[in-house]
Amino acid sequence: MNVSAPFSEAGTPHKKPEQALKGAISIRNVTKIYDPEGVNVMAVDNASMEIAGGEVCMIVGPSGCGKTTLLNAIAGFHSITSGEIRLDGELLCGPGKPKAKQGADRMVVFQHGALFPWKTLAENVAYGPIVQGALSKSLAMEKARHMLADAGLGDVGNKYPGEVSSGMARRAEIVRALINDPKVLLLDEPYRAMDALTKSIMHESLLETYDRTKVTIFFITHDLEEAIFLGDKVHIVTTRPCQLKKTVNVDIPRPRSYAVQSSEQFRVLMEEVNEAVHEEAIKAFEAGERELA
Amino acid sequence: MTDVAQSSSGAYALPRRRSKLEKLIQNVSFWRGVTAVIVFLCVWEVGSRMDEWLGEAWTVPFVGLIPPPTDVAVAWLEVLPKAGYWNSWYESFRRVLSGFLVAMALGIPFGLLLAVNKYFRDLFFPPFEILRPIPPLAWVPASLIFWPTNEMSIAFVTFLGAFFTIVINVLGGARSIDVRYLRAAQSMGASQWHLFSRIVLPATLPSIFTGAAVGMGITWEVVLAAEMISGGGTQGGGGLGFFIWNSYMGGSLTQIVVGMISIGIAGFLSSSAIRALGDWFMPWKRMF
Repeated sequence: MNVSAPFSEAGTPHKKPEQALKGAISIRNVTKIYDPEGVNVMAVDNASMEIAGGEVCMIVGPSGCGKTTLLNAIAGFHSITSGEIRLDGELLCGPGKPKAKQGADRMVVFQHGALFPWKTLAENVAYGPIVQGALSKSLAMEKARHMLADAGLGDVGNKYPGEVSSGMARRAEIVRALINDPKVLLLDEPYRAMDALTKSIMHESLLETYDRTKVTIFFITHDLEEAIFLGDKVHIVTTRPCQLKKTVNVDIPRPRSYAVQSSEQFRVLMEEVNEAVHEEAIKAFEAGERELA
Repeated sequence: MTDVAQSSSGAYALPRRRSKLEKLIQNVSFWRGVTAVIVFLCVWEVGSRMDEWLGEAWTVPFVGLIPPPTDVAVAWLEVLPKAGYWNSWYESFRRVLSGFLVAMALGIPFGLLLAVNKYFRDLFFPPFEILRPIPPLAWVPASLIFWPTNEMSIAFVTFLGAFFTIVINVLGGARSIDVRYLRAAQSMGASQWHLFSRIVLPATLPSIFTGAAVGMGITWEVVLAAEMISGGGTQGGGGLGFFIWNSYMGGSLTQIVVGMISIGIAGFLSSSAIRALGDWFMPWKRMF
């Protein structure tokens, strides 16, 4: 596609500033200390980042560094110890309110997938609007089928998650999240353990979805190519306790095609990210964190 | 629902759909099983008739004392038209079913309550765990004293046999639900009731059916033993357990074996029924 287009100047966001998109997250001085059996484990230490509405924000860091803790705090699965997190200026959690309320404005796509195995894909997608009372059952099912068809899953709506491939299941799970019209999509290594071919299809499908919805995406990954290919910004975080180490702006214009991965710009970004991550990887390894996936 | 051919897209080139019977006939495992049963019956027949054919010295230990399958078949044909035999089936089935159903009706909600409510669990789990290891048959003497009729004590002991197993399975299943399902549902705005009815309940169904299958087996054991112990009489009698006991008292070895095989068939029918019910309730499990 239009890979050779002139890149915007450094520091200038490629999105037009007048587009005030919803779903801006601001994480300010967030600290999380786990206290299992009296032994304090600091998972996140004074981490701050600003995510603009409609931005694809990739979080990269060593295993077990506290990235998921951050995601859990935004989603409202876990409390934070200090600091605050705001969504479009509204306080999600902060002083006096350690745990955010779970809500359909922040939908999570889980690491190993969490489609309900006892519901068909269409029933899974229709679940949100039905339990919220937003749509009647038949209308919700109709909308679910439409959205699945848009995502290229029209044929398998009547199948159970156990009957389809992991790629299809993950796409359906993103559709299940999007039907709730969330402000933010929180993805926790959704494409881990997928082969490269499936992954590339997942990436294109996610980018296509993003271009259509412009939903804010908070995406945790270990895969550096994935991070650069998908993201507007790549936040590299330190090994535990999790802190923001470096932010790399990815000024590759959208829509992006898979071909940009072989461009010079991509290679340079890759080097930049790799260097920062490698430093942390060594630290993590020395700290006894054997696993770096 | 089982009709795989209904997939509207032509993308999957499905082989011609075979009927269940066709599949069975073409299945190697099925024929292996049939062969094994025939060989088993032949060995039994020969072992049991050795002394007849070759003289007393050739009596095979143990098998030689059991009537051969042909004799059993003859004895079976004799009892088949008799109402008493079928009444035994009916009596046992009635007891198994009523005890089992009551155990399910009380055990599933009790197990789910234990799983979802911490206060309830703190209060009721310890006494439950003390009572659970007591074998159902150890309850027989006490329940004979508690309950006014034999029939009621049999029903009570039968119920106990299945109840504990069902509760412990439901509790285990409901407690081990993947937290991601609960989180996903809550994020989508599920109320407490939805969380329970649409997530906890279906996620626990496999464990409920495991508990039911095991519980059904225990129920048969308990019913049979209770029928033997209560020993017929005017009330609380009958059933396949008593049929065997009666044959023993009458010294009819062939009828004992007829009774035993009848119980085997009855148990097989019961577990098949539970499996079929499980398939029907859990369509998403069918393809595994």
